Amino acid sequence: MNDIASPPVLQPTWNDSSSSRIPFSVYTDPALYAQELQKLFYAQHWCYVGLEAEVPNIGDYKRTVIGERSVVLVRARDGALRVFENVCAHRGAQFCRERFGNAKGFTCPYHSWNYDLDGRLRGLPYRQGIRTDEGLKGGMPGDFKLEDNSLKALKVGSRNGVVFASFDANVEPLDDYLGPMMCGYIDRIFAGRKLKILGYNRQRIPGNWKLMQENIKDPYHPGLLHTWFVVFGLWRADSKIKLLMDESRRHAAMVGVRATAKPSSEVTAGVGSFKEKMVLHDARQIDIVPEPWWNGPTVTMLTIFPSLIIQQQVNSLSTRHIQPRGAGSFDFIWTHFGFEDDSEEMTQRRLVQANLFGPSGYVSADDGEVIEFSQMAYRSREGGAGASLIEMGGRESGEADIAASETLIRGMYEYWRGVMGQ
Amino acid sequence: MSDERAAVLLEVAQLHAEYAAVVDAAEWDRWPELFVENGCYRVIPRENHERGFPLCTLELLSRGMMRDRAYGIRETLYHDPYYQRHVVGLPRILSVRGDEIECEANYAVFRTKLSEFSTVFNVGRYLDVIVRTAEGLKFKSRRCVYDSEMIPNALIYPV
Repeated sequence: MNDIASPPVLQPTWNDSSSSRIPFSVYTDPALYAQELQKLFYAQHWCYVGLEAEVPNIGDYKRTVIGERSVVLVRARDGALRVFENVCAHRGAQFCRERFGNAKGFTCPYHSWNYDLDGRLRGLPYRQGIRTDEGLKGGMPGDFKLEDNSLKALKVGSRNGVVFASFDANVEPLDDYLGPMMCGYIDRIFAGRKLKILGYNRQRIPGNWKLMQENIKDPYHPGLLHTWFVVFGLWRADSKIKLLMDESRRHAAMVGVRATAKPSSEVTAGVGSFKEKMVLHDARQIDIVPEPWWNGPTVTMLTIFPSLIIQQQVNSLSTRHIQPRGAGSFDFIWTHFGFEDDSEEMTQRRLVQANLFGPSGYVSADDGEVIEFSQMAYRSREGGAGASLIEMGGRESGEADIAASETLIRGMYEYWRGVMGQ
Repeated sequence: MSDERAAVLLEVAQLHAEYAAVVDAAEWDRWPELFVENGCYRVIPRENHERGFPLCTLELLSRGMMRDRAYGIRETLYHDPYYQRHVVGLPRILSVRGDEIECEANYAVFRTKLSEFSTVFNVGRYLDVIVRTAEGLKFKSRRCVYDSEMIPNALIYPV
């Protein structure tokens, strides 16, 4: 007889006293992922949908996603922003397939049910039936009401032009959700300025969506993985940094000031990516010009739970939208922007510095690669044991001011465990 | 087609074939040499190109920047190794003015990772400005406008 028992399926095991060990199953378990969609993306949370600058005019719209649900962000007739689920009230077809556009309303291609910019059903063919020799026949029942069949409207909030939406009508106010620390860092970039959209980059990363949040809550790796950060001092062990969190610890800010001195041997010891002799053939790629609004920091990396990263790294600015696709993959959409009053030189500088970021970027392309390598290992242990070790800087999750700390990741998982009941 | 037009077509096709051979063989030091000194190399999503957004996935504005990219590929960008294989369509000559040729060509790049099947990696159209120099034809500008809506994780090597 075959006496090799099938291995037991292990539940994720957490060390109850801290969130410093993250079970690999947290990245692979489809049941857990389904719960994440319900609890994190479709309830209680605000998810990013875009920038107001992407839909400046009445009738402008953008199709995007929250979790795995398709939604449409629209500038309505009164100038206000609306977000609807992209599901026709009739048979559920996704009525909007263009990604951007301008419209007077939306008509579902299937049976021509049509909606205004507020998402109200305005009409549908043969509602009263079809006229025949014997009078009107067919049509909707007499008690059918247009007003009961609007598109599913989401709650919408904008913080100085950064637009979020929620399927949860009872979600707390956006400013409370973000908290004062995060509001302050958002305002520093967005308050009082008109944005200029510079364009998009889109990549699909074969890893769990949380790994990208973790990557931008991890000040330990940039000075090790990313040569450009070390050599040019953009983020390294001797940069002055702050690791901040909101009260709930779901959001975080990594704030830093560029180190301009030559790094000491202490800083570069054991750092394989440090290339002492590296000199750029064309220095325009790192032509950094301080801007008045920086007011100290040269870098702020904001992780807004669950789906948004806002980046300022010297003159380069972007939002990065995390769009999960199952437990093992997510789309990562970059929207680069500048300001309407930027000089031509500043726009060029932002564009050239964009070479550091995105799916080809000197300090970003390899983030996607290492996330893929991590996910490969988690998948190979599916249903089995293994945990990520997150103990740099201790096992607690207070704020910190040193790169050798993974406190922000622990903070996020403390919050995640609370909501997920883990 | 006049003999003159046919000769240009063949010359451009030869440059395109050379380019594909260089990037498929990972000869990163030879790649910038296919451009003039202040030549530009851009990889841009079709979406940005058509909507007038200037952002590129990769924007290198000189041979110097291309050499920096070559260094990055070899020394600083940690990535899963892969082969790439270009299939480039016949060039379509748009204009010839003095020493300058404008043309376009469709391309498909296949990627093969170790122990994996070959997959379609990036599909698009080259928009080229090519100039005649003492050392033969060189790119003054190569703009790779790609249809592929998603980059499968990372685009490390020039396409």
